[in-house]
Amino acid sequence: MAILEVINVTKQFGGLTAVSDLSISIADKAIYSVIGPNGAGKTTLFNCATGFYRVTSGDIVLDGDSLVGLRPDVIARRGISRTYQNIRLFQNLTAVENVLVGHHPRMSAGWFGAVFNTPHTRQEEKEALGKARELLQFVGLNGVDKELAKNLPYGAQRRLEIARALASEPKLLFLDEPTAGMNPSETSGMTEFIKQLRDTLGITILLIEHDMRVVMQISDLISVLDYGKKIAEGTPDEIRNNPRVIEAYLGRGAATQHEAQAA
Amino acid sequence: MLQRFFRKYDTTDIVMWLIGAALAVIVIYGAARTLAVGKYSSDVWRDFIIFGLAQGSVYALIALGYTLVYGILFMINFAHGEVFTGGVFTAYFVAVALANSGFSDEHWILSLLILLAVAVVVSMSVAVLLERIAYRPLRNAPRLVPLITAIGASFFLQYTYRGLYGSGVKTYPDIKQLSGTWVFFGIRILRTQAVVIVASVVLMVGLYIYVQRTKAGKAMRAVAEDKEAAALMGIDVDRVIVNTFALGGALAGAAGILYAMLFKQVNAFMGFIPGIKAFTAAVLGGIGNVPGAMLGGLFLGIVESLGPSLVLDGLGIRSPYQLKDAIAFLMLVLVLIFRPTGILGERLSEKKA
Amino acid sequence: MKEESPFTYRDALQFGLIAGILVIFISLVGMVVAFNERYIVAQTITLGQIIVFLPPLTLGYYGARRAKGRQGSKGLLMSLLLGLVAGAVVAGFVILGTSVNLRTVFINAAPKLFDVLTFGRESAAAAALWAIAGGGLLAVLGGVFTLLSSWLRRALVMAITSVVLIGILQELLNITFGSRNWFKPVNEFFFEQKGLSWTGAIVIFVVTVLISVWRTFYGDRPAKAMSRMSPQSQRSIQIGSLVLGGIILLLVPRFLGPYPSEILTTVGIYIIMGLGLNIVVGYAGLLDLGYVAFFAIGAYTMGILTTVGKLSTMEWSFWLALPAAVLLALMAGIILGIPVLKMRGDYLAIVTLGFGEIIRIVVLSDWLKPSIGGAQGILQIPKAHIGGYEFKGPEQVYYLVLFGIALVAFVAWRLRDARLGRAWKAVREDEDVAEAMGIHLVNTKLMAFATGAAFAGLSGAIFAAKLGSIFPHSFNLIVSINVLSLIIVGGIGSLPGVVAGAFILVGMPELLREFADYRMLMYGALLVVMMLVKPEGFVPEATHQREFHEDEEEIEADSLAAETS
Repeated sequence: MAILEVINVTKQFGGLTAVSDLSISIADKAIYSVIGPNGAGKTTLFNCATGFYRVTSGDIVLDGDSLVGLRPDVIARRGISRTYQNIRLFQNLTAVENVLVGHHPRMSAGWFGAVFNTPHTRQEEKEALGKARELLQFVGLNGVDKELAKNLPYGAQRRLEIARALASEPKLLFLDEPTAGMNPSETSGMTEFIKQLRDTLGITILLIEHDMRVVMQISDLISVLDYGKKIAEGTPDEIRNNPRVIEAYLGRGAATQHEAQAA
Repeated sequence: MLQRFFRKYDTTDIVMWLIGAALAVIVIYGAARTLAVGKYSSDVWRDFIIFGLAQGSVYALIALGYTLVYGILFMINFAHGEVFTGGVFTAYFVAVALANSGFSDEHWILSLLILLAVAVVVSMSVAVLLERIAYRPLRNAPRLVPLITAIGASFFLQYTYRGLYGSGVKTYPDIKQLSGTWVFFGIRILRTQAVVIVASVVLMVGLYIYVQRTKAGKAMRAVAEDKEAAALMGIDVDRVIVNTFALGGALAGAAGILYAMLFKQVNAFMGFIPGIKAFTAAVLGGIGNVPGAMLGGLFLGIVESLGPSLVLDGLGIRSPYQLKDAIAFLMLVLVLIFRPTGILGERLSEKKA
Repeated sequence: MKEESPFTYRDALQFGLIAGILVIFISLVGMVVAFNERYIVAQTITLGQIIVFLPPLTLGYYGARRAKGRQGSKGLLMSLLLGLVAGAVVAGFVILGTSVNLRTVFINAAPKLFDVLTFGRESAAAAALWAIAGGGLLAVLGGVFTLLSSWLRRALVMAITSVVLIGILQELLNITFGSRNWFKPVNEFFFEQKGLSWTGAIVIFVVTVLISVWRTFYGDRPAKAMSRMSPQSQRSIQIGSLVLGGIILLLVPRFLGPYPSEILTTVGIYIIMGLGLNIVVGYAGLLDLGYVAFFAIGAYTMGILTTVGKLSTMEWSFWLALPAAVLLALMAGIILGIPVLKMRGDYLAIVTLGFGEIIRIVVLSDWLKPSIGGAQGILQIPKAHIGGYEFKGPEQVYYLVLFGIALVAFVAWRLRDARLGRAWKAVREDEDVAEAMGIHLVNTKLMAFATGAAFAGLSGAIFAAKLGSIFPHSFNLIVSINVLSLIIVGGIGSLPGVVAGAFILVGMPELLREFADYRMLMYGALLVVMMLVKPEGFVPEATHQREFHEDEEEIEADSLAAETS
């Protein structure tokens, strides 16, 4: 059963086509990776699916409902949450506040609830705080609740961003290069962690990643984009041996060499 | 069908359309009624338009300062109106001295040029000092920080002028060679207005050539396009920025003298309203866009000159001229709401595609 | 902290030049002469002289601090040099001013100014020599400060500040306590006709030094003692001090009398506005320059609904009109907010300014004169009543204002830490991400805008009832700028900051008419200086500090990322 279907999506900026007639289908509780060289349209795909860009044509369907034309906040409520390639935390909010903001769409207290501090608000705040602390623990951030996000070390910021994304209780989590800027041991920790996310929380994950080891290790299915087009889709093994992928990554020469070797 | 419509446009969009449509109806209704009543003759309308062109060209010159700076630094130099005041208010004292000595009666062109030079130099210095002291340290700060600084600088300068030169309104001495009218192609034009229009056209053409043709102008455009790339190409970005402020200041200084020819009176706070209007003009033409600022200025000048008698009169509003400034502000608000990229807008890159 | 390049002789020259130009500047805008009327120490030092001394003194200090390096002597040498330069600049100005009539251009370049600058010396040459020597001396004095240990430096600065402050407050103290029996001997001890007596000044100086030193070395004792107590008694102490503070606040007008109460109510009206704008600018990051419009709407609603004068309509009571005023301001906030809140930050500022000006111009015009009075305003607005108690003079209106502040501060405080407050701060930090986290941008911003507008409406309503008449000129852009300045000086986003900012920026000029003239000049300078030096304000928000240094952080994060990848 597919949870997210991208159907013939095209996104143009002026004359530039960033994503071209792309279709992918992501199964429930899968880890689906999108790879491709820089400028292949991976992040544009994220931005289209989260409502930040409006697709030029095509449709994006979450659980049977089209997302096209919906505002980002509505899409977030529907259950898609994301992280950013270059970490975008709320720098001057504390770690726990960042997570609480993530929980925003699952809370309901408004102006009056806040001012009169109604029992409902109190209850909700208490639960949210408990959940936020739990999440911080889950991502391995202990004892930094009251630390400002900008004062956290780099790796912790990455984790905090994931915690914030998880706080909205998404069905589908988009991770944009979660291991960028990490050393090998941090990277393998993060890889493990992503797997754990799916296994323990049952969240479907759409992953953009440059590090091939990470992608090959945890993906159920991989799509390869080049110049906005999908040039291959398959399991890690299939992708590893696909000549078109090698060509896109390493150039034509390398591809023929590889073919020769295979033959 | 309806659902698709509501997906594409949310409620605020629809509310804003309704407001826009209502305003358009009001404007057209007012104008139609005025014209139907025929209170003003066509000569009067023509004079309104010529006056609008004259004041509009002053706005245009000031607007260029906003646009040049915005094009490069993406900041609204809120204190630009005070850059304008500095030149014309200082030149007032020179004008009085020249008039008292009788020099300006004999050599009125030369004395005008002297005044122009004084105003240009003073305004330029104010602009450059402003950049150096208040804006340069904040170049990488979040957007609101330089804006707040500029607002502070604006008030600081207003009250500095008041402290230095006094709070009263001062009146520029008349140039007797420029009283009365000239006739061009059968159209009678006040001499001062003719000089203002011609002078500003010359300045604008000069600026356009400077920006397009000279090396300094090219450097300026390169920096506006991409600061880092320009720096890598060996362009001294700091210097280009100072140049830009100096150029904007010089134009504001010149605009000051033209303003003084049209309206005669100067005071410490005179720059604020023309400053905002010029900013409106810059936004109208698409901020960051040089020809746009010129057109925007002229357009605003004419609308402001025609608006009260054409539209407000027709709507039966008492003393419509009191609302002249409100028209300019309304234009500002409407342009920013409905078409923030301006009529010719190009450069302004919205983050959302 | 940025790494500073070594301090060279050229820097010293530059500093000296700046100090000299600053002195000339404050002279020519008229501050020196205006402030010269106020004696700090009787017959000896005036406020005008103090502000003349300040530039060489402080720049001498900073120059020496930057030049210091290992040994102090080089610093002092630099101070001396820059002081001499500053003195020479001023000396040149004095010679020029006494020989040429600058007054045709600079209205403040009057003989009186040069009397002050030359300290009454007749011959220009002698005056010039004095100026140079004086500049050098002052700058060296500033330099000497760098050699003191920090506790002593702090104590001396505090002491000098408090002498100046108490000197300034002489008039106020006289007005306030003049009729009390206990005041007479105190007054005679501390003050002369104009300014502090020497004995008074010395006593204040010594006492402040002692207090400051005590605070440096033993200042943490009360806190320590409290932390040793049981949580229960800690709590009761907290409650006790709150109650005590409340009682003091309630008794203030009784104790101070009408004039200070008048100042306090004005400050209070600005505090209410400040708390409102703080939500808009501080929490949600929306720079609203047309804030005064909502203040005006509140005041005019109150005026129109309650007036018994020419324009009388409903003749409602204050308490009936108050919610109407707040509600109308709130609705205006929503109506104006809908079209503008989609806009980018700097455009938002300009559009709101435009709206504010439109409202002012329309109110001032003849168009709506029949209903809202045009330039003649609305007169005969009755005072507020509760039963038989009339909020007649400032001493009574004070309670009205206090009630308003309490209400508004409570709301602001509750909202700050709630779901909505977090959403505001998220929007302030990063709009796009906030939206991606499920925050409805327009609604969230609208809520901030409307709350701020409602607060301003409340403030305006009280303002109208306080004055009894309102005129359009009370509602110009300057008010918005004042409110913005006070929250920036206090610390954007900080509730205590608003109060502190209002006391400094609104209270001071109300107190001193010579300050009032230079109020906007100083606000303007203050805005610039604050943004350059201390964007977080003097009383910053405790945990969630600044949005203003964010880019530095981003750069750091980027370079970090580059390093690690």
